[in-house]
Amino acid sequence: MELALGIILGCCALGAGIAMIAGIGPAIGEGYAVAKSCEAVGRQPEAKGDVTSTMIMGCAIAETTGLYALVIAILLIFVAPGSFANILKETVK
Amino acid sequence: MAGSRRFKTLDALYICMMVLPLAVGMILKAVFGSPGSGGIQITGAMVFFIIPQIGLPITESQVNSWLVMISITGLCLFLTHGMTEHVQTKRQHLAEWCVEKCEKLVRENMGPYFMSFAPFIAAILALSAFSSLTSLLGLFPPTSDLNVVAGWAILVFGLITAAKCKCGPGLYLKSFLEPIPVMLPMNIISEIATPISMAFRHYGNVMSGMVISVLVSAGLTALSSAVLGWLPGFLGEIPFLKVGLPAVLSIYFDVFSGCLQAYIFALLTMLYVSGGFPMEEFLRRKDAKKKKTADQAV
Repeated sequence: MELALGIILGCCALGAGIAMIAGIGPAIGEGYAVAKSCEAVGRQPEAKGDVTSTMIMGCAIAETTGLYALVIAILLIFVAPGSFANILKETVK
Repeated sequence: MAGSRRFKTLDALYICMMVLPLAVGMILKAVFGSPGSGGIQITGAMVFFIIPQIGLPITESQVNSWLVMISITGLCLFLTHGMTEHVQTKRQHLAEWCVEKCEKLVRENMGPYFMSFAPFIAAILALSAFSSLTSLLGLFPPTSDLNVVAGWAILVFGLITAAKCKCGPGLYLKSFLEPIPVMLPMNIISEIATPISMAFRHYGNVMSGMVISVLVSAGLTALSSAVLGWLPGFLGEIPFLKVGLPAVLSIYFDVFSGCLQAYIFALLTMLYVSGGFPMEEFLRRKDAKKKKTADQAV
């Protein structure tokens, strides 16, 4: 029983960590977006407001995949261990 | 008028309406909240009570979002109180500035046809921003509860679908088969993903800020007790490393990120609604109708 609980907790933590590898993608994508918008502002300083709002918009969209991973990781850390432990207890009974 | 007793009483009433709900929230938190154990505490919304027959829990996030709504109503009443045709008071300047900014935002992003959306967008912006900012008062921010933002996202999804159905449901259903009928499952998935991604984006940003703040402050407490723990008595318990860094993090996560997410939520709402509206088809039909009535008149 204790071994099973330990495996559940450890695997939930591992899974959360692995899920957050997805953070790499949005980071690279947002980096590109910001770099290009900096170039655009340098080339056309008068269009700064438009470029900035478009960039924030694009960053928000690019961030979505990372946030999915974050939500999965939060679920794995805070919600999954309890529910898995309950399932384990019921099967042992 | 502006200096009369009645005016001042109403002013005081509106200020009370602004401030009292937040105070009530803090009192509720102090009364119902569990005493902090000092360790790392990352919990969801507190459940105040459960409505017996249907089993509907009344949580902190619901109560706080209603309190924020009352507070915003008080703010609006205060700002618009004693409005005159010629701007005289500071508060009228502020109110007109807010309204003008919001109308400009809507006109730039949605076009003049959608100007009727301006109050809704302003409401979403204010509610979202103020909800996130309640965490500065130590209250539970309603936006870090997935249920609250999911409700807003479903509301916005309804608006988007209504805008897409403006030229009849037939055209809306046909848009799923474009560009080729094989894309049908993909289109359905992307349609469903819209509200989910909107809700997760807002919730994830606010929630992750909260979690990181708690982790950093707990880590700094542990670090300072490890560094100064050998001092006798209460000297060793002072978390001196907690000075500074959590405040900076709070400015970023609570103030900047909260306002930015409100802006992004409102901007996405505007773009999805105006993007989903089949403007060309609508204008074509309108022209055809106008022509028809003109022909009949002749």
